[in-house]
Parts: sequence; structure tokens; C-alpha cells
Amino acid sequence: MPMFEQGGVSVEVDEEGYLVNLNDWTPEVATAFAATGDDKIEGGLTSEHWEIINFLRKYYEEYQIAPAVRVLTKAIGKKMGADKGNSKYLYSLFQYGPGKQACRYAGLPKPTGCI
Amino acid sequence: MAAPKVIAPEFREYPVIPIIKVDAMKGNGPFIAAPQYQQPLNFPSELVDNWQEKAIEKMGDLLSRYRSFQVYMDSCVKCGACTDKCHYFIGTNDPKNMPVARQDLLRSVYRRYFTLAGKYFPKLVGARDLDEDVLNEWYNYFHQCSQCRRCSVFCPYGIDTAEVSMAAREIMDSIGKGQKYCNEIIAKVFKIGNNLGLPEPALRDTLEGLEEDIEDTTGVAVRLPLDEKGVDILLVTPSADFFVEPHVDGLMGYAKVFHESGVSWTLSSYASEGANFGMFIGSYENMQKIALRIRKAALDLGVKRIVFGECGHAWRVAYSFLNTLAGPFDFLDPNYPVPQHICEFTYNLIQEGKLNFDKSKNDDMVLTFHDSCNVARATRMGDKPGGQMEIPRAVIKAVCNHYYDMPKDTIGDQTFCCGGGGGLLTDDLMPLRVKGALPRMEALKQVVDEHQVTHLAAICAICKTQFAKVLPYYGFSMDQIVSVHQLVSNAIILTGQETDDDE
Repeated sequence: MPMFEQGGVSVEVDEEGYLVNLNDWTPEVATAFAATGDDKIEGGLTSEHWEIINFLRKYYEEYQIAPAVRVLTKAIGKKMGADKGNSKYLYSLFQYGPGKQACRYAGLPKPTGCI
Repeated sequence: MAAPKVIAPEFREYPVIPIIKVDAMKGNGPFIAAPQYQQPLNFPSELVDNWQEKAIEKMGDLLSRYRSFQVYMDSCVKCGACTDKCHYFIGTNDPKNMPVARQDLLRSVYRRYFTLAGKYFPKLVGARDLDEDVLNEWYNYFHQCSQCRRCSVFCPYGIDTAEVSMAAREIMDSIGKGQKYCNEIIAKVFKIGNNLGLPEPALRDTLEGLEEDIEDTTGVAVRLPLDEKGVDILLVTPSADFFVEPHVDGLMGYAKVFHESGVSWTLSSYASEGANFGMFIGSYENMQKIALRIRKAALDLGVKRIVFGECGHAWRVAYSFLNTLAGPFDFLDPNYPVPQHICEFTYNLIQEGKLNFDKSKNDDMVLTFHDSCNVARATRMGDKPGGQMEIPRAVIKAVCNHYYDMPKDTIGDQTFCCGGGGGLLTDDLMPLRVKGALPRMEALKQVVDEHQVTHLAAICAICKTQFAKVLPYYGFSMDQIVSVHQLVSNAIILTGQETDDDE
């Protein structure tokens, strides 16, 4: 498996850039992932990105899977205001899809299936 | 890491036969399955040492098991009727994506090892040795076929390229060269029960959230039961219905229809997946193992009927193969089809006048319907020929005021694939998926221009996801794809529902 190396971060990733060992995750890993590649976040991760990333990690810890889109939008809506509880808002933060792009930054495995 | 920037091909003024670009889609194919995804499927972890010998042996095994495969290898007369019928050839211009050329990748090797002429005069009959280049070519181009079977509609001999591509993938799996996307997913079904890897507690939490959402918007407590014994119906649906939009809006539609019909129903956490990727990889054994989970869930829960949600290839496996794979289903109520499609279920209630709709709730949309390949060309619904095409349209027309079909030669049994079927719905195949969507997007563009169509409805989880991803490449937006039961959900008036008039 290839290594991802950037700005002092050195972690093993799979072909698609997802962490191989979920325990390797640190906030610095998320920051480094978001700073490289075609899907990089211009200007870096903001507190709004971190709200999503932190929720994903918390949910994964409890359920061993990323949250379904409705679960995620509802939780974000409750936390950050009803106008943000929708996928449009999530896509405005993670244009490659909140499910896949945000999961990668959060150190979660890539969701699979017909999604 | 995100896929490289993909540019969609331009819309063509006339759908002419594409000009050939040799090797346009040459490459290494999608990611190869790692050992941990091969082993649970009973495939070798990696390419075996004597892979040539084993591949030929497997081909011989398949030839003896499937008479159809033997006929397809022998009967092509190179008439050319199939050449321009494949959406991947139309979108990529790569001549190896002509169905006949795709078949010939396998047929040339078949000739070399299984025909007299090929054994002695290989060059005269276009026979090839199976070497590493050929294997790599197989891997690349048999993962550029979505097994949609449009070409076979036009083949005068009825050669089914899907079956050829399934055989090729089965041969490659058997020598340890599997595809990551499909095999990782099948391994998850065996381990957790669905393609997503959604465990029971997460599924329960998700369904409870959906119950809250429906109650919030309608004021009616509609249930999405899980693992409830002794109910009438087991609903088997693609796990994408739990997870993403617009699929989940369809799931809420099924729940509302069940609620209104008064039947009791349940989902199963053990068989929480309608999809059966065993078909995509041509593995009868894995397809059967997945199908048997549905049988076990139906028996354990003591249901009387099985209904399938909106999933294209699941309906093919269900309608055409389930009884052979996992039957007999003599423990189910014989008064109902085994299994039944959710569209049939809703359609019957509409015919009986048991559902109330406010069609104006969908007046913000002008609809068209995308026939999913597996539903249109490999199944039926209801008791009349063509029901699989007519019933979903009848459901849409019962709940929407504005509906127009796309051009005739792009729908029904001539429908174009969404571009992501057959185990290709993976990010590493994005360039192929975008290009393969060209004919469908052209047909959509036509009804958008002529009838101001705003939305495309579908009854397949793969189609829905694929369109959500590729629509933006063609100047549309991702939310222009909707579930058929999402439209039902928008329009249905539940008994006791708070309506605008009450407010």
C-alpha cells in the first residue's frame, strides 16, 4: 500500500487515498489530506468542515459506519441551524460528496455500494 | 484522491455511427481486489502461478456448464448489427467497445484452445494464445461492459454480451484477478448483510430517523419496521435506499404505500440488501449464497410475501433466478407473485382505488422515465408482456400531471444504460461512466428541449447514483434524478394527514 506524506504527516493509504489503519488518524492527517490532490479544499479546512468531520468520527465510533445522508443533514441542521441541514450545504463544503470526501478526511473507510 | 478531471463528450447533432479511435480506452482497468476481498468469495488471493492453465480449465468448465456460452462463442457471423448499439462504444469511440469486438476478446482464446481449426491454424481463424497482454486486455475491456444487453436486442443470433462478460470476469476471479469494487462489496454482504456494511444498530437508528421525518412532514406515524416477525411482507431493497438521496426518498414512499394499504411489513437486518453483485461477476455460487440470505430471512421472520424495492439488477435476480437459486418458496402465500416488485404493489393499489393522491404536489416537475436495463430487458412486472415498462410509467402518471417519454429508440427494451451498471459504479471508472452516459443524456436533452422536462425518474439504485454523479458533466444538476416512489411519496395523501387546507 502506498504512503501519504505531506507536511510531517506520514500514513499508509489505499489506492483511493483512504487511511488503511483507522488509528493513524489525527487532526493533522485531515488537514494534510485537505491540502493536496484534485479535491483539495482551497484555503484549508474551516470550522464548518470540522463540524462535519467531527460528527462523522463520533458517529463512526458508535456505529462502525458513516452516517446516512439524512442522519448527517439532520444532525448538522440541529447543530448549525435549519438552513444548513441539507445536502446542498454539505456539497458546498465538500464538492466531491460529503459521503466520500469528508469520510476520507475524517479517516473513515470509503463507503461502498450503489452510492 | 479524486479522479482526474473528466470531460464529457459533446452532444451529437445526429446520432451517427461513431468514428473509431483505436485504443481510446486502453488501460489497466479498475482497481484489483486485495486478498481480503478475494478470500470470502472463495477465489484465490492473487494471480496464481499457473494462471493460463487454470483460466483455460475454467473456460472449459463454463462451456460445459452453460450451453448458452458455447453457442455465443460459436455463432457470431460478424454481421455488425451490434457495433453501434453500445453506449460505451458511442461515448468512447474505442472499437474494442463494440460488442462484437468485446466478445472476440474471449472468442479468440476460445478458438485457440477449444476448436480444431484454432488448435492447428490459429492465424487463419483469428485465434490467440492466452498471454499476459490478453489477460490485461480482458480485465480492462470486460470492465467496460455494464452487462446491459442492449446489443443483444439487435443481434440476429441473440448473442448476449452480458453473459460473455460475466464469464470473462468469472474466469479472472477464478485465477485471482478480481475487481475491488464488486468483490469488496460481496465480502461485506457476507460479513454484515449489505453492500454498504451498514450494521443492524446503524440501520435501526437510520430507520427511526426516517419515521421521525415522515411524522414531522405529514403528522402521521408511518413505521419502517426492522426484524419484525410474523408480518405479511418482507421488503428487500438496495441498501443505498437507507443511505443516499434520492434513493431514501423512494424508501419513504414505499413505507407510506405500505402504511396506507394496511398490510404489515418489515425489513430484515440479515437480508438488508436487494442487490446481488454475484451476477455482475458471473459467479453462480456467490449469487446463490447472497440469494439464500433472502430465503433465510423470509423463513426466520415467518412472512407470507416478498416485495423488492427499486433496484434494477436485484429485480432481474429476483424475477428470473430467485426460485432456481433459493427456492422453492412454497412457504409463501401462493396468491401473490413470488417475489413482487414495489411498483406492482403500488400499481395494484392504484387500480383498486385504495390510494389518494394530490398530483399537484409534483407540479414543480416535468418528468420522464429512464428504463433500467435489467428491468426492461430481463424481467417483467404484472401479468402482461411489457408490464415492466408500463407499470412504472402508470405509477408516475398516477401521481404526476406532467410526463413525457424520451425518444422511442432509447427507452423500453431499447433503453440505453445509465453508464454505471454491471459493477462499474466506482470512482476509478469515472471517465468511462461519464462517456458511457452520452446517449442517455442526449435523449434527455431532447425532451428537455422539446417538452421542458425537468426531472428523470428511475427504479434502480445504480441508475440513480450514476445520474446524480454524471448529470452535472452534461450541464444538468445532480438533483434532477428522482426515485419513482419519491414522486408517490410527494403526492400521496395519508389517512389523517395534515394538508395545506387544514392550516
